[in-house]
Amino acid sequence: MSNTIDASTADVQGCALNDLAIRLAGYSQDGIQSLGGLLARLAGRSNHDVITFMTIPSTIAGGNSVYQVRMGEGVLTVGDKVDILVAFYADSCEEHISSLKEGGILLYDSDEFTPEVNGSYKLIGIPFSSETEKALGGKGRGKNLFVLGLLANLYKLDTVKLTKLIHDRFAKKGEAVLNSVLAPYEAGLKYDMSSLCKESFTLKESEAEEVPQVTMDGNQAMAYGLLTAGVRYGASYPITPATTIMEILRGELPKYGGVFLQTEDELAAVCAAIGMSYGGHLAVTTTSGPGFSLKAEALSYASMAEIPLLAVNVQRGGPSTGIPTQVEQSDLMQAIWGSHGDCPRPVLAAQSVEDCYYVAIEAANIARKYSTPVIVLSDQIMATRVQGFAKPNIEAGLVPPVIDLEPRPENFKPYDLNEITRHAPPGTKMLSGKYPTITGLEHDEDGKPNPGPQNHMEQSAKRRNKIKKLTDELPTAASSVFGAADGDLLLVGWGSTYGPLREATIDLQKQGKSVSHLQIRHINPLPKDIADVFNSYKNVVVVEMNDEGIYGYGQLAMHIRAVTACGNIKSFCKTDGLSFNISEIIDAVQSYIG
Amino acid sequence: MAVKFINRNPLDDPQRETVSRSILKSKKPTWCAGCGDHGVLGVYFKTLQDLDLPHENIVTMAGIGCSSRFPYFCNTHGGHFIHGRAAPFSAGLSLARPDLHIFLFGGDGDGFSIGGNHLDHTARKNFNLTYVIMDNFVYGMTKNQTSPTSPIGQKSKTDPTGSLDQPIAPMKRLVASGATFVARTSTSNPKHMGEIFKRAAEHKGFSVVECMSECVHFNRGSFNDLNPRKGGQFNLVHEDHDVTNQESAYALACDEWPGYFGVYYEIDCATKEDKELAMIANTQDMIGDKTDADLINATFDALI
Repeated sequence: MSNTIDASTADVQGCALNDLAIRLAGYSQDGIQSLGGLLARLAGRSNHDVITFMTIPSTIAGGNSVYQVRMGEGVLTVGDKVDILVAFYADSCEEHISSLKEGGILLYDSDEFTPEVNGSYKLIGIPFSSETEKALGGKGRGKNLFVLGLLANLYKLDTVKLTKLIHDRFAKKGEAVLNSVLAPYEAGLKYDMSSLCKESFTLKESEAEEVPQVTMDGNQAMAYGLLTAGVRYGASYPITPATTIMEILRGELPKYGGVFLQTEDELAAVCAAIGMSYGGHLAVTTTSGPGFSLKAEALSYASMAEIPLLAVNVQRGGPSTGIPTQVEQSDLMQAIWGSHGDCPRPVLAAQSVEDCYYVAIEAANIARKYSTPVIVLSDQIMATRVQGFAKPNIEAGLVPPVIDLEPRPENFKPYDLNEITRHAPPGTKMLSGKYPTITGLEHDEDGKPNPGPQNHMEQSAKRRNKIKKLTDELPTAASSVFGAADGDLLLVGWGSTYGPLREATIDLQKQGKSVSHLQIRHINPLPKDIADVFNSYKNVVVVEMNDEGIYGYGQLAMHIRAVTACGNIKSFCKTDGLSFNISEIIDAVQSYIG
Repeated sequence: MAVKFINRNPLDDPQRETVSRSILKSKKPTWCAGCGDHGVLGVYFKTLQDLDLPHENIVTMAGIGCSSRFPYFCNTHGGHFIHGRAAPFSAGLSLARPDLHIFLFGGDGDGFSIGGNHLDHTARKNFNLTYVIMDNFVYGMTKNQTSPTSPIGQKSKTDPTGSLDQPIAPMKRLVASGATFVARTSTSNPKHMGEIFKRAAEHKGFSVVECMSECVHFNRGSFNDLNPRKGGQFNLVHEDHDVTNQESAYALACDEWPGYFGVYYEIDCATKEDKELAMIANTQDMIGDKTDADLINATFDALI
């Protein structure tokens, strides 16, 4: 206790914050998620950048629960350390005190415990439990709303917007519920903290932008991207952390005239989706690592038979059941190579919650245009975190779902060597009188089995060349580089490491270091100029959340080294199930930036 | 714009192609001479001709195995899928395209072994398609290994001293699966096969037929017991059997080899496709006339 500062004796001072990171630590039944969610929505409506992080233990109810919200200007990560830790219990305090910045505020429930912490923190103890009870006029839930009031009070949050959010969320549940929510919230808001904290904080106001901000998690963004892209059919089997995509689509698709099918297993899901696509409607199957492995055989079929398909893999810690509720990026090789036979296929990786929306649309367009399965990679961090972003221009991405049943001409060939395959869905008249068969056997141009050596070479080349052709329409790697086009160091990443890598790059650039950043969205095929970009830097460090493996390189590092043979590619990996801290990245690259 | 389900009725199309056995013929079958599967193909063609279905709406699907070569020999839309999983493929296809007539063919390994789980779930959900399982008690394409229906004692390359394991009882399995039409026939009785195929095809919902189809190469004589020309008995399901009674159907399925032939079970239930279409209709009635852009915009606006 000797190093702690009694907040009440600190100098009174006003403090304008550029950004604010709050960690809420309690048990899952305390409503931590809903408290964090309201803060995130508030930030979104205030045009602040906002990003969240949450953990829920794998148990159904109970257990430690954490929700972290960071809001403000230029926020790309949830923050290495937080400005304020709200601890509901002694063990939540013990477990999370290390996440608090030096000089940060520990706000705790003094009904529950008196903290014993070492470090220079400002301690503010308030009896959450009894104050909530007082506000409710008896026992009941609402500590989380009381804390929301306290936080709004402490940081001068926009209470007009906050109150409206609470009304939007709870008014439809009836007046009694609304009042039981408003009472503790208002008690927190009015709680006299002047004797406990002499500081006053204000979060810098953000200028209103023309396009309003939406706040959602990555699985929502992915599902809405699929709807925008005209995907009206899909099939999946529940698996953490991908399940909410199928839940959303099951609820939404009937509005659009579509159907989402919950199947008996992962294999049936991908097979049903291939059947739907063969029917003329591009379909999606969603899963996580273990489920993706189960789909591998059918994905090879889709490559061989040239059926368009979307397969979404929301990655989690592996191998096997692994750490289902934590993040990892260890399915990159599986996405590219994880099927039998030669199956060149596009692999796209979303890099943020917002990007989940756009990647879904792009993947759907590629699948249709090239009549191929497309793998979309997301991960547990993006899937579950809430982020604010500008509302997309829906009309710009909208693809009307159409089915082409126009009679096919006399010379129609399902596997024409000189054209990208365009299947004739059943229901299509064939003017030649010859009806096509789709097949997983090696086939000739008419779809008849043909194991001949020349034919197999030609059809393999046909399937390969259409994917190579896709590189013509990809944005160049050079155009995606953030920072100078050459220099000491290029930081390279994929997926949800975008935020930490970009913030680390900005920090290093501010220190005058020669550092640029490239986040690769098109994992396979890679942009054409990727080797030229790598060759423009002394060193290229690939930062990813997977193991360095037997040869000392993470999966993307391995892939780009194999493709480019650039000797300056280094690898920095970790598998702790957590996203990168800015400081971890900066420390790791010190030797490359002189 | 919401997806327009295909509402056209191809039977109303004056330009529609009708099918005949000669039009339906495609590549010459590669099955062994004398294989029961030739008979199934011929009866399938006759069934399609009798049903007078529009040519372009017929889909012939199969998994992997000797019998699963079927689609190559049919001039219809369709495909040769992967081992055991043509059922979920066809289920997905039927859900997305309820206007089609889907016929699925496969063998005992495809249906009862590697695809066993899919068979149960496609059946219980009552997808509107017809599945003919051509049962020959042996893996023929991979050249004589034990199948899930091989009787105890049957010799094969994987059981040189005779099969040790209790085989699947296909009819018990099918009746218990929740399929809404379950029947049994044999290639040794083409007339019976024709009647059963027609009833199966006309059934609305999941209709499944176990069709005994002898493998003359690896298992010659295995079905003599059900062929009167070879000294066996072709026992027809009794006329007084109540096909809507699942317990009676199961009792019939419990009878000893060679068992009974005919329709064991048939009930009228809403199909999966109909239930989903009804849900779509109800949902769209509730939300009113909205474009896709309206719907997505409203979803996003609620998240501001």
